[in-house]
Amino acid sequence: MTPDEITRRRFLEKLCIGLSGICAAILGIPLVGFVVAPIFRRTTGKWISVGNITDYEVGKTVSVTITDPSSLPWAGITAKNALWLRRVNESEFIGFSVNCTHLGCPVRWLADAGLFMCPCHGGVYYSDGTVAAGPPPKPLIRYDVRTANGQVQIKTMAIPITTTTRL
Amino acid sequence: MKRFVTGTWRWLDDRLGISTLIGPSLKHLVPRDARWWYVFGSATMLAFIVQVVTGVALAFSYTSSASQAYETLEWITNEAPFGSFLRGMHYFGASAMVLMVGAHMAQTFLFGSYKFPREMNWTTGVLLLGFTLVMGFTGQLLRWDQTAAWSVVVAAEQAGRVPLIGNFLAQFILGGTTIGGATLSRFFAIHVFIIPALMFTFIGIHLMLVLRHGIAEPPTAGKEVDPKTYRREYEELMQKTGHPFWPDGAWRDFVFGTGLIIVIALLAYFVGPPTLDKPPDPSILHADPRPDWYLLWYFALLAMIPRELEGYLMILGPVVIGVLLLAAPMLNNRGERAPSRRPWSIAVVLLSVIMIGSLWIAGANSPWSPNFDPAPLTEKVIGANSGPVFEGARVFQSKGCLNCHLISGDGGRRGPDLTYIGDTLSESDMIIRIVNGGVNMPAYGNSIKPEELAQLTAFLQSRKRPMPAALEAADR
Repeated sequence: MTPDEITRRRFLEKLCIGLSGICAAILGIPLVGFVVAPIFRRTTGKWISVGNITDYEVGKTVSVTITDPSSLPWAGITAKNALWLRRVNESEFIGFSVNCTHLGCPVRWLADAGLFMCPCHGGVYYSDGTVAAGPPPKPLIRYDVRTANGQVQIKTMAIPITTTTRL
Repeated sequence: MKRFVTGTWRWLDDRLGISTLIGPSLKHLVPRDARWWYVFGSATMLAFIVQVVTGVALAFSYTSSASQAYETLEWITNEAPFGSFLRGMHYFGASAMVLMVGAHMAQTFLFGSYKFPREMNWTTGVLLLGFTLVMGFTGQLLRWDQTAAWSVVVAAEQAGRVPLIGNFLAQFILGGTTIGGATLSRFFAIHVFIIPALMFTFIGIHLMLVLRHGIAEPPTAGKEVDPKTYRREYEELMQKTGHPFWPDGAWRDFVFGTGLIIVIALLAYFVGPPTLDKPPDPSILHADPRPDWYLLWYFALLAMIPRELEGYLMILGPVVIGVLLLAAPMLNNRGERAPSRRPWSIAVVLLSVIMIGSLWIAGANSPWSPNFDPAPLTEKVIGANSGPVFEGARVFQSKGCLNCHLISGDGGRRGPDLTYIGDTLSESDMIIRIVNGGVNMPAYGNSIKPEELAQLTAFLQSRKRPMPAALEAADR
């Protein structure tokens, strides 16, 4: 085998490997881009009405069902979401995320006890959302709530991921 | 007819080279004394084949759309011929696969079969264990009921604890910022295409390595693995006492495998598939998400680890376990193989089984979770039908105490059993605890009225052990 042949073979090897890399990139870049796209999709919260102010009784906390306005067309019932809405006084409302700040399970409101309880690992919160017992590291996350034209409006938001969400 | 069949086979075999291709693999020599301990690997693969077959069948009707998956599963379960049976086979096949891969791993570890030259057999096996668990979790999510939807949220929350990239990982899992149209389809792609492709690849590599290095002979105390001489000694042993895998070694795999499939089929028929929970509507808040049994131990672990360690254990725990398992043969690949000379290996397996078993039992009972639907206390249990004790019992229920405490067997198990609390706490102690709260107990100071507090303590003070008849008479 002459040095020329070796050089030619090395060239052909590198050519094949290089072409394989180009093929992989042609296929791989759009694949990865498509799969990870949701990470970079920025959805801004939208104000939506959840009923008249008079629909809510002062001092009561009730669950409110909303539909995510930015959901995909085939989301079906998964586009629905809920929050706990508390009317504090005549003009003030607090909207609590239903997601326990421990691991995201849906907390339930026990009206007579005045507590939110989580079914998964036993997190308990007071009526103002502060932690009463159990493993939750933070109070319940709050929605932005406002009143306008006699309506209660909340600003939709992402599922709060505890360690990366600022209170 | 027989001549025609034989002739056809010979023609096909000649043109396709089937015997030439798989003959040497089937006839490779295996240790003569590799008996029933060696059936778990083939049983795992058989369970995987059950999963592939039943999974393909289910995919004929399953729709991976967030809005329709639940309905297709209802149809498969309740109306499609064999649908319920196939779902049951798929579920119990997954359970069998997890059990068999665990047994295979324990046997390999105890017999020291991961040592030279089979280090990569072990490493590829550990990866296959990881893929199996991912398949189990993603499979539960494809059930796409309420539990599945909330399990995705829990997975995203856990991923969110990873430093720096946590939020990205969480969004990757959710397919956005909330559960929605993109969530299910990505788990479908992972469960049906990506992980199975990886499993086929690594099962192929694993089997190739088994053929390359041979099936490890049962260990003998005092006979150490020496990389310099092991291969020669193994070859000599096979030539001297080995017998062909087919059929001398394989028949036990077939017998055990057949038994396994029969058990899976019987469970699928008589027990049936896991019941579908409520639809995956995130606005239904009466949810009680629990993982399938093979991840119940991890669910328990998340409830029981100290709060200050939780973040570290949640992220570092699986990483450390994974690295240790992968690195095990690199840390110790020679020397004794016999478990009798490696008592620590028995201790590791036993401790692992005890730890996972204990956590599993804890997870199944989940005493840390409130009981949201406790049976109301009866007049018999209360011991009154009016007055402060009776009213106190009503306060006990309405304030949520019964959700976390047991009274005569009714209620929750999150807090202490209060059936005989009147024997141990004075009235003033009770008031202090109720008003100020305690370890893992909310403070009721701001939400209980004075008369309710008085009634509640009256009820709790009445919770005493029944007085023995003689003492009761003397008391009178």
